[in-house]
Amino acid sequence: MLNYILRRIFWMPILLLLVSLIVFFLGVYGPGDPVEVQLGNNFDEQSANRIRERMGLNDPFFIQWANYIGNAITGDFGESYVFKNRSVSELLLPKLLVSAKLNIISFVIALSIGIPLGFYAAINYGNSKDPLVVIFALFFYAMPVFFTAPFLILIFALQLDLVPVSGWGGIFDKRIILPAFTIGIPGAAVFVRLIRSSMIEVLDADYIKLARAKGVSENKVLWKHAFRNALLPVVTIMGFSLAGLFGGSLIVELLFGIPGIGRISLDSVYSRDYPVIMAIVLIGSSALVVANLIIDFVYTLIDPRIGME
Amino acid sequence: MINNNPKNLSSTQLFLINFSRKKLGVICVILVLSIYLVGIFAPLLAPYDYSETNLLKTQAGPDLENLLGTDRLGRDILSRVIWGIQTTVIVTITGLLTGSLFLGLFLGLLAGYYRGIFDFIVMRTGELVSSFPDILLIILLAATLRPRITNIFYSIEDNLNISGLVSSGIIDYLVIGIALLPLSWFGTMRLIRAQVFSIRNVDYVQSARTSGASTFRIVTRHVLPNVIAPLIVTATFGLGAVALSEVILSFFGLGVQPPRPSLGAMLSDVSGRGGSSVSVLTSHPEQLLSPIIIIWIMIFCWNIIGDALTDILNPRKN
Repeated sequence: MLNYILRRIFWMPILLLLVSLIVFFLGVYGPGDPVEVQLGNNFDEQSANRIRERMGLNDPFFIQWANYIGNAITGDFGESYVFKNRSVSELLLPKLLVSAKLNIISFVIALSIGIPLGFYAAINYGNSKDPLVVIFALFFYAMPVFFTAPFLILIFALQLDLVPVSGWGGIFDKRIILPAFTIGIPGAAVFVRLIRSSMIEVLDADYIKLARAKGVSENKVLWKHAFRNALLPVVTIMGFSLAGLFGGSLIVELLFGIPGIGRISLDSVYSRDYPVIMAIVLIGSSALVVANLIIDFVYTLIDPRIGME
Repeated sequence: MINNNPKNLSSTQLFLINFSRKKLGVICVILVLSIYLVGIFAPLLAPYDYSETNLLKTQAGPDLENLLGTDRLGRDILSRVIWGIQTTVIVTITGLLTGSLFLGLFLGLLAGYYRGIFDFIVMRTGELVSSFPDILLIILLAATLRPRITNIFYSIEDNLNISGLVSSGIIDYLVIGIALLPLSWFGTMRLIRAQVFSIRNVDYVQSARTSGASTFRIVTRHVLPNVIAPLIVTATFGLGAVALSEVILSFFGLGVQPPRPSLGAMLSDVSGRGGSSVSVLTSHPEQLLSPIIIIWIMIFCWNIIGDALTDILNPRKN
């Protein structure tokens, strides 16, 4: 097991270097000229060349890439082409925080709706309530955010006037409620399905049968023996939820006017602001890779069976 | 459940009998099939052309002439939905063929059977692709690829002296297809590979090998039939995701380009990218809801069908 973890840790920086190489390649050979973007209407050949020289754009590809990586490791992702004189890190950090807050609240909503419903479906496995819950969950899972967002706004903001239509004011602001539910509702459906199937599998296990045969009360079997074990797969999903942070909330951020990472990644793709795009992809990939490693590690800690294999 | 198989039915017949017991599954198959047929026969079914405008009749509600009303340019919404479905059909089918079937199955079989360096390369490549935040990668690919691909097609048109290639919309499908490729193949490939691993050393495969069967024969006759069931299940779940990704790409203006219709492009058309779709929901609900309901049904049904197939085809359950 230690061997496996060490191999993963060794592989991780290589993986991230390759990720950066691909993104850098897309940036350099993609459409749009950064100098043109920067100069706008003041474009003339002489100043363009001067800027190219200063930005190192005349260097060979691998030199440019190596310079970029060297700076990126220290947290310096260069300057944005579009927002003049703003460093990418200073631009992205507040937006990252916004998206993180939104996604954490959505995750909590998804968990607190999804786990009880999934549990309820599993203990009703075999009777008519279970398929009803499953279909119900799938119905909401399939609901496009293009509908959820305007529908929730229409009902709760315009008709009932409970919350403002859009905007952002942090976790303790009313404006987070609708977007968080827009992300959280389909997320809850994922947990319903996950907890349900894992709970059904656990309830079929020998140790549950043994506990029942020993005369342990049904409540104790369900909560103490089954439920805790059924929660294991939730740990895996947390990794994927982190991936959602860098794109999952993209449309929702757009529809609710939230100044998060989704919004700026789309804007920078439109305006070909490659330093920003590259930084977002690199930070996102690093977070994803590290999170998956941690989750694998945590998994072996809480489920000793895996370490044995 | 017919498990003891008294009538000596073939496995296909057994499968059909078992599937017909899943009522919701059957309904969903019918729904999806009808949607796909509508898409395939769009040229015959659509009452108007998708780009035909009628400026004397814009933003009109449903009537006998335009069953779902018209949009802000006076285009018939029903026709645009039908043509939009065709886009979805093309994208999901190419996605299925290239991503799941070709790359997923082919690489999975090879990696699982040959192992060694080939397996190593395929697996590491897959890990590399899946360590990108996926929607971001799709958007980035679509945005950077389009101008290159467009240039290539213009130069083909110029050099071969043909026209209509660019206007046929083939660029859109190519861009979407390539951008979605990283999303679709790795899951299938890993699954097939694991299946091949598990049957690789089973007695009948071993004895086929000792009796001198060629690798090609072993893979096609002994290994392939065993991986078909899981392949169908993952492909089914994948189709919903591919359909949705196209909608999202086109919504952001990076997928299908106007005037060619796509369900996603229709959505951004009525609400504007990030604009307010709430007013549309109150004033012209049919404009927003027509594409949404089709998307909703497709995602819902693909998942129900996937669930039903898992239930039936999962050998562990029997």
